[in-house]
Amino acid sequence: MAKMLMKGNEAIGAAAIQAGCKFFFGYPITPQNELPEYMSRELPKIEGGAFVQAESEVAAINMIYGAAGAGARCMTSSSSPGMALKQEGISYIAGAELPAVIVNISRGGPGLGGIQPSQADYFQSTRGGGNGDYRHLVYAPASLQEAVDLVMEAFDVADYYRNPVIVLGDGMIGQMMEPVEFKKSNGRELPAKDWATTGTKEERTPNIINSLALDPAKLEEHNRKLTRKYKEIEKNEVRHEDYKTEDADVVIVAYGTTARIARNAVDALREEGIKAGMMRPITLWPFPEAAIQKVTHTAKALLSVEMSEGQMVEDVRLANEGKLPVHFYGRSGGMIPSPDEIADKVKEIIGGVK
Amino acid sequence: MNDKRIRIIIGHYGSGKTEFSINYAIKLKKQHEKVALVDLDVINPYFRSRLQESMLNEKGIAMIASNIKGSGSDLPAVSGGVLGPLQNQSTQVVLDVGGDSTGARTLGRYEEYFQDGAYDMFCVVNVNRGQTETVEGILRNVYAIEKTSRAKVTGLINNTHLLRETTVEDVLKGQKIVKQAADKLGVPIRYVVALEEVAASLPSNIEGEIFPIKLYMREKWM
Repeated sequence: MAKMLMKGNEAIGAAAIQAGCKFFFGYPITPQNELPEYMSRELPKIEGGAFVQAESEVAAINMIYGAAGAGARCMTSSSSPGMALKQEGISYIAGAELPAVIVNISRGGPGLGGIQPSQADYFQSTRGGGNGDYRHLVYAPASLQEAVDLVMEAFDVADYYRNPVIVLGDGMIGQMMEPVEFKKSNGRELPAKDWATTGTKEERTPNIINSLALDPAKLEEHNRKLTRKYKEIEKNEVRHEDYKTEDADVVIVAYGTTARIARNAVDALREEGIKAGMMRPITLWPFPEAAIQKVTHTAKALLSVEMSEGQMVEDVRLANEGKLPVHFYGRSGGMIPSPDEIADKVKEIIGGVK
Repeated sequence: MNDKRIRIIIGHYGSGKTEFSINYAIKLKKQHEKVALVDLDVINPYFRSRLQESMLNEKGIAMIASNIKGSGSDLPAVSGGVLGPLQNQSTQVVLDVGGDSTGARTLGRYEEYFQDGAYDMFCVVNVNRGQTETVEGILRNVYAIEKTSRAKVTGLINNTHLLRETTVEDVLKGQKIVKQAADKLGVPIRYVVALEEVAASLPSNIEGEIFPIKLYMREKWM
């Protein structure tokens, strides 16, 4: 298939449909509106496909609970404050072990915030805004091609682990345009959805989708089982990219749009003879701890760059285990750091510029 | 650039209307004293021409957008100031319209200025966009926009590209399809838009004026 020029939100929708997503439930919010718009146009063209504009984000996420429980591939999307509203449902979906792909095209916060790009939902995404001991994968694409590939992967991963998966793109990923192509995923071996509520036809005992437990011992057992699953995800699904980190004195840690900017800063610094590199987490949870630990043996300092007032920097510190100084540079509220600002911060760290 | 005083730039969203409009306005300023770029985009929250207001003002081009200031607004409000350049016969106007027929709805309010022969309405087409990859798709888009805008397309703009990956072949592939659409509509291909380095390699015998552009809306890291 030839490359098409797409807007991030459209590309995410197209990737979901390619991955077999049949149902989309959502409620409008800028800057992700082109995604539900795309789904509303394209899903009805697919046999058995349906798009529903729900009455709220809370309704949409609970429709996901229902559709996922019936074994269907389904997706919802929103942006920051809308994602906040979905958190209860995400916790239920994780508790009931349902596969679903949830997209957050994040914007400035807190509260209603603003419509410009932001990465201030890192805590919300990786710590879980909902209640209870639950975890879910968080993919953070830095290009539209990667967004396409990760969305397709996300459906497989969700099915494989019976767990919700979040795809987190800042507003820029949703709004910018890039050429993309759709490649067949390498295809994981996926278990049959024999747990889904598809009707017993009086041939089996009913399947029950539930996140309520009346017996604390049973709930603890369920929690332990979930924890074992999360450990498996931590073991198997961590993804990151190293960019010129081998000999770097300062390793920038950045994801999503910020990583694109940091890459330019690294190149500019290298031209000036300053050894900078970048470790780009592709999964925010599980966080690429080993990639941080590896550079602590060679680098002199770490710099977390985010479109927030400092959230991922906490995971960088945890993974660093006190070995290197950890610095932070961030812009927030919809402001985007420039390559020069990042380069200046690196120079300040190595003492070249005060 | 021998176009009518009022130029309306319409098309599918993501077709490249804003980059063309900005480049066009800058070129226009080299020939005319008074140039106004009007941002009528009520569709996009990002990448609107109003973001280039200070750059355009420095070049002496008036920028008219929403009367609600700030890039953080996605309210579909346009400014009363749009009427100024439309009425002032000495001002060259470029209307940068939002995408598709939804975006073109803003034009209905200015119908009285769109008299035959007083305006040009150019439809920007990128054949690498899913909704306008065929002649039928382009025509569907044009007809829908003509209906809501209550104005007629007077020319097509071939803006077939894949951003910095664009090749001469991309432009020529687009030219073939856009030409068929133009013939069906009975209008010319007015411009063939391409990045400066691609434009330099285009054959000179193609229909339409070759229009090299710079990317003003796209940062280096994008």
